[in-house]
Amino acid sequence: MFAYCADPEQLSGLSWLSCYLTTGKHMSIYWSVGTVLLLLAITAPAALLFGFGGAVAARSRLLPLSWLGRGYIAVVRGVPDIAFFLFFVIALDQFFEWLRHRVKCPDWSEPIRQGNDFIVCAEAKLPLGNAAQWVHETYGFFLAVLTFAIVFGAFAANVLFGAMRAVPRAQIETAEAYGMTERQCFWRILVPQMWVFALPGLSNLWMVLIKATPLLFLLGVEDIVYWARELGGAKTARFTDYPHPDWRMWYFLALLVFYLVFTRVSEIVLDRIMARLTRGQATLGGEAQRKAA
Amino acid sequence: MKKLMTGAALLAMTAGMAMAGSHSVVRMGTEGAYPPYNFLNDAGEVDGFERELGDELCARAELTCEWVTNEWDSIIPNLVSGNYDTIIAGMSITAERDEVIDFTQNYTQPDPSAYLVMEGNEGIDLKGAVIAAQTNTIQAAFIAEMGATLVEFATPDETIAAVRNGEADAVLADKAYLSPIDEEGADLVMLAQEEMIGGGVGMGIRESDGELRAKFDAAIQSMKDDGSLNALLEKWEIGGRF
Repeated sequence: MFAYCADPEQLSGLSWLSCYLTTGKHMSIYWSVGTVLLLLAITAPAALLFGFGGAVAARSRLLPLSWLGRGYIAVVRGVPDIAFFLFFVIALDQFFEWLRHRVKCPDWSEPIRQGNDFIVCAEAKLPLGNAAQWVHETYGFFLAVLTFAIVFGAFAANVLFGAMRAVPRAQIETAEAYGMTERQCFWRILVPQMWVFALPGLSNLWMVLIKATPLLFLLGVEDIVYWARELGGAKTARFTDYPHPDWRMWYFLALLVFYLVFTRVSEIVLDRIMARLTRGQATLGGEAQRKAA
Repeated sequence: MKKLMTGAALLAMTAGMAMAGSHSVVRMGTEGAYPPYNFLNDAGEVDGFERELGDELCARAELTCEWVTNEWDSIIPNLVSGNYDTIIAGMSITAERDEVIDFTQNYTQPDPSAYLVMEGNEGIDLKGAVIAAQTNTIQAAFIAEMGATLVEFATPDETIAAVRNGEADAVLADKAYLSPIDEEGADLVMLAQEEMIGGGVGMGIRESDGELRAKFDAAIQSMKDDGSLNALLEKWEIGGRF
């Protein structure tokens, strides 16, 4: 990085540290912070979408649809996260490849499963075997987003399902008395009012999601915890210019600060959203706001 | 479901543009945490004995190779499901693994495994001791069999840390991995007792991929014949010559 970093053995103190913290390997951990933030930014709305879909399906009057929604919520919530992340992603990846295989290589005669191997034709590989490494990484990242969205979507669905039921019946009745159709009641009365009931549960989910990002590593995406462990481990002088003993404690301390700051900022933002959503609602909080004003 | 389908179709369109071909690029899967076999250097790239060996093998077999790192625990499942084409990660050839994947001929001699303990603890009775090893390794299986208490860790690095902080009395690992740590860490001592386990290290390849295995087999043989493999073993201080 810097010109004086050519011979780290001669350095000491701050100049050594500045060289050490700017090695290519350290750049990877800085990048992975961005990866984690990006994952959260995409996963949160995606999970909310899955959750909304699940909740609407679960309370549908169409029985099969209702079963689908309830089944999704029950199954995903019941399976341990780590099992889900280990098996589901490989299965999902193979499912995509199998779909492509059917489309692209219709005259392939060999079986797809040969013993332990899963084999599709070369054109159906995802990403293609000769694709650049960044394509593989991006693909893995989106698999991760999809998996997170499905898992956290199930929890969100349960929260939203409860929130929809918590909206006072009187509100819907009034809307019906005004002659609103069922659809109008849902979108204009129920959905805007349910958020205030859903938010405590959703904010819990968000906090859990923030801390669940190290599961990324199970999916082959190298996240901050992986790099902290890798960089912090003791290094012998034969294999690095910057030998050091076991420094994992310091790296994990930095992670601790990162996560604490992140959750604190989230709390502040969520409090503001809560105050905004409470305005004019027929809840205790809404009543308190009205009196204070 | 519909979302999945459209997602798959979208991916199919974007990925379908590149030219496809059987093994136009061979993806080499490694762990990147087991010096001197493989590790990440200061620039964050894969380095070590297997990096040099793999690059040379690819050049001899006229293949274009790309390096990928993967956690040790899931390194075999990801090979058989096709996320990369070879495992070149200091993996000893064992009958158990051979049932799931295929191996090329070995490119290191069976290397002794050694114990590392804290200084002053050399007189330890290994049978009654708590011994650390990496999960899913021949060493872990060996300890379980000999009757000592086994504690497993996901990475090699953590096994050493476990001895330093007293969680385990000793660590069992490949001697080539432990030697540099023994030399530089004044607090750790290597025991004289060594265990000959494993059948040497080979490259792991899918059982259905016989063609690729033949290419690497031939390349390894040619490196054995002209002595360049011995030179590499010498350079990275890995025991046993061909």
